[in-house]
Amino acid sequence: MNNQRSLFFNVDWPIILTYITLCIIGWFNIHAAVYDPSNPSIIDLDTNYGKQFFFIISAFIIGLAILLLDSRFFNTFSPIFYGITILLLILVLIIGRNVGGNQAWIPIGSFRLQPSEFAKFATCLMLARYLSSGTIKIQDIKTQLFAAFIILIPTALILLQPDAGSALTFSSLILVLYREGLSGYFLLIEGLAIILFVLTVLYNKYLVLAGVLVAAGTWVYFNRKSQNMIKVTGWGVLFSVLFIFSVDFAYNKILKPHQRNRIDLILGKVDDPRGIGYNLNQSKIAIGSGGLWGKGYLQGTQTKYDFVPEQSTDFIFCTVGEEWGFAGSFMVVILYLFLLMRIVNIAERQRSSMSRIYGYGVASILFFHIFINIGMTIGLIPVIGIPLPFLSYGGSSLWSFTILLFILLKFDSNRMGIN
Amino acid sequence: MNSFFARKYVVQGIFIVIILILLSRLFYIQVISDEYFLSAENNVIRRLPIYPARGVILDRNNKILTQNEPVYDLMLIPREVKAFDTLKFCELIGIDKKGFDKRFKKAKNYSPYKASIFEKQLSVQTYASFQEKLSEFPGFYVQKRTVRRYPDSIAAHFLGYIGEVNQKVIEKSKGFYSQSDYHGITGIERSYEELLRGQRGVSNFMVDALNRPQGKYAEGKYDTVAVSGDNLISSLDKDLQKFGEQLMQNKIGSVVAIEPATGEILSFVSSPGYDPNLMVGRQRGNNYMELLNDPYKPMFVRPIQAEYPPGSIFKLVNALIAQQYGLINENTVFSCPGGYRYGRKGFMGCTHVHGAVDLRKSISESCNTYYGYAYSRMIDFAGMRPVNAFKRWRNSVSAFGVGSKLGIDLPGERDGLLPSDELYTKRFKSDRWGSAFTISLSIGQGELGITPLQMANIAAIVANRGFFYKPHLIKAIGEKKIIKEEFVKKNDAGIKPQYFKTVIDGMSDVVNQPNGTAWYSKIVDIEMCGKTGTVQNPHGKDHSVFIAFAPRDNPKIAIAVVVENAGYGATWSAPIASLMVEKYIKKSISRPQIYVDRILEANLLPGAAVKSKPKTKIASDSIAAKQTNTPKNDNVKNE
Repeated sequence: MNNQRSLFFNVDWPIILTYITLCIIGWFNIHAAVYDPSNPSIIDLDTNYGKQFFFIISAFIIGLAILLLDSRFFNTFSPIFYGITILLLILVLIIGRNVGGNQAWIPIGSFRLQPSEFAKFATCLMLARYLSSGTIKIQDIKTQLFAAFIILIPTALILLQPDAGSALTFSSLILVLYREGLSGYFLLIEGLAIILFVLTVLYNKYLVLAGVLVAAGTWVYFNRKSQNMIKVTGWGVLFSVLFIFSVDFAYNKILKPHQRNRIDLILGKVDDPRGIGYNLNQSKIAIGSGGLWGKGYLQGTQTKYDFVPEQSTDFIFCTVGEEWGFAGSFMVVILYLFLLMRIVNIAERQRSSMSRIYGYGVASILFFHIFINIGMTIGLIPVIGIPLPFLSYGGSSLWSFTILLFILLKFDSNRMGIN
Repeated sequence: MNSFFARKYVVQGIFIVIILILLSRLFYIQVISDEYFLSAENNVIRRLPIYPARGVILDRNNKILTQNEPVYDLMLIPREVKAFDTLKFCELIGIDKKGFDKRFKKAKNYSPYKASIFEKQLSVQTYASFQEKLSEFPGFYVQKRTVRRYPDSIAAHFLGYIGEVNQKVIEKSKGFYSQSDYHGITGIERSYEELLRGQRGVSNFMVDALNRPQGKYAEGKYDTVAVSGDNLISSLDKDLQKFGEQLMQNKIGSVVAIEPATGEILSFVSSPGYDPNLMVGRQRGNNYMELLNDPYKPMFVRPIQAEYPPGSIFKLVNALIAQQYGLINENTVFSCPGGYRYGRKGFMGCTHVHGAVDLRKSISESCNTYYGYAYSRMIDFAGMRPVNAFKRWRNSVSAFGVGSKLGIDLPGERDGLLPSDELYTKRFKSDRWGSAFTISLSIGQGELGITPLQMANIAAIVANRGFFYKPHLIKAIGEKKIIKEEFVKKNDAGIKPQYFKTVIDGMSDVVNQPNGTAWYSKIVDIEMCGKTGTVQNPHGKDHSVFIAFAPRDNPKIAIAVVVENAGYGATWSAPIASLMVEKYIKKSISRPQIYVDRILEANLLPGAAVKSKPKTKIASDSIAAKQTNTPKNDNVKNE
């Protein structure tokens, strides 16, 4: 243990600085979002920004504590974390408090704990631990199934709350599996599936079917010399047909009306800025009205006067967009990109595959949140209620992202160790 | 490091691509598209119009003809309404539950977020009692507006009225008017709308998502103040107008008085008229329909819209034109055997057998024969083909302002009718026609249509000895007392001043000599010069017409009076004109009260006699029924 001369020895400072910067940006924007022009005050523990101040301080303490712990602790205890999380997810279904239609919170004193947030790092750890164990080969169907199992248990439990947004987060872990050797076809299939899904919802399913057949026919014609390609295409067409019909069925029969509405809005099937499109429309208006340089701190009229709903949590990016303009949005997005690239680089420099896999998990989950959240506020994807990492108001999410990130930092500071 | 190390770049590539997509979308909605910026303004900024005070209209002596009075519109923002005592509310503003529901629904359909008018023009009393309890009814508030008030209830046709703009006007105004604004619809209110309405101001303030006010937008940088409309000083003499309307009550017709030296209209009576205050307020719609259905058409602006053949007053025009052409002079004498023979068998009767008639006498005694000869000289013996002579004559007549709009500053003026040679050529299927074919024109009958305004203008031309100013109603605009340029331009009637002397001598005789047609209307101390006319009316009793000016030298007033279905010009129109002239010049009436009362009490409405009969009958019947009580009641019913 000669290496651990100090707490911050070998710790990756660029990540820590980015993390702190994002937390501070978040706090200022939460302040702006709930700012009441008729009653301006800075610190008031009853307001969201007052509470967030407390959350940020406590997140820093949690981060420090993680750096103090031995990295083997996380390795060893990952199944236990995972187990506890699963138990909490079951518990929340029984004793949880229902807020906004989701039974996602366990009340503890005046604060509420959101187990689905902690499921993110627990699942990442568990997946990393499993995939890094000696004899595993990801190409084995058994391995794939077990990995899927680890991911799908929390996903299913969260879906029962029902919190589709958080549940979808876990789909991003396919990037981890890909990095560890899962066939690239899976990514391709996922991409094609998304395209087919959008087309099926937008247009008549038979029209899409015809399109698939024409495309496949052309493809086969140009590759008519390769028996293998014809076979693969054949299977592809078969699965496409099944997929189209099941999407059609799911969309019309399984999705709840409000979920269907959200998809319809994004795909431009309906235009109703006063009714179901209110959130999305107001969000776009707030960000769009920011212009190049923004309206200035505390000057955003759309957010200040409460036109944007959920503006300190899921729609915090509206405040950034409106008050800081494209310049501010650009800075925040670039900070996130830097963070993601840096995490991937850190993951790749790990000696232990456990750390590497975990690193990719962190990157995937953060990436998914950033993409979905910002994409939602600017109308690229349906309204899915998940927070923006480090910026959104909320203790559980800030703590869970902090834990997620700092465990990686701990692994990284110990990368020269044995493991 | 394992074999799939290269996949790091795929993963990072995905990150970069997605982030670039986010950035380009952000760039589009924030920097390129301004759609969202405008939407944001619409979200937050409310533009509250500040209504300017409409310009006041004064008479020529700066007395008020119309002014503004505050009324209170009850406004509603449906979204802000919370549960309240509907019954109490309905009681306060005097409507029933059904009416409430209807209005509420209408407002909600218009917009749940925006204010709309729930009830128009609350009375001051209703407003006062409602204002006290306003806090019990969130979502409702009262907006002050102004309406017109006409303190003397006169000059309705002249002033016109204002009303709510319709969709067409809103679109045409390019954003000046919006829903429930008012604008001038007729009269001066309409023709001077742009000056009277003033400049609307705007107060920009911000609201939050619940439409609660959040203070001024940009510290009021974009606010504008309302600029009041210009005050207009009209040419009307309020006392004279009031007197004229009284004289014309229960008569159909017009009185138009002009100041010859300026063209300013001193009096503009259209009878029957109406109280302009009827066109204001909540009962406006009902009143309007009632006026519209009145058989005497009180909304018809007779001085500029009614056309009559002028009758004998047109002899003045022919006398002047024939002199100008050199075809007659003051010494020309024609013999009147009681009529004028023309063509093979034509005969135009005269009122009397006048014997030898000169120009002066032809006017004072209104001899038809004289003008038959004079007209024949102008058309048949002018040294050119009769058709061309007629064209020349027509041009000369139109120089008197006959046959086309004079261009008064009121909407709806009619051209009148001055027939063209084509009309006759077409009618007689050849252009070889002469005076015999159109002889009625010599005495102002036939295909002529002249408005009372044009008649008054002819009187003004004679008073001025040959020129006129465009008759107008507004003599000064705004603080700077601007007068429109077109109203100070002299128009020449094409007659040399010396030709007026004999004509005016004749006109003076009409009033001031015992053998004149209007001797009865002579005014002590004022030499009024006039000409009577009796217009043949194929539909009923002849129309009574009189034009005049006074005093003879330096005339102060030129006047035309038309009373429909009243018979001779001398009987009704001339006395009315003489009273108006005296009132204007002397400010008092020297004649006995009975002279005035005769006119005030006369009811010359067609069917007036018939109408009054059943009235008395009903009265006597009811008395009979009362006296005989029940037994006779059945009899009455059986009848």
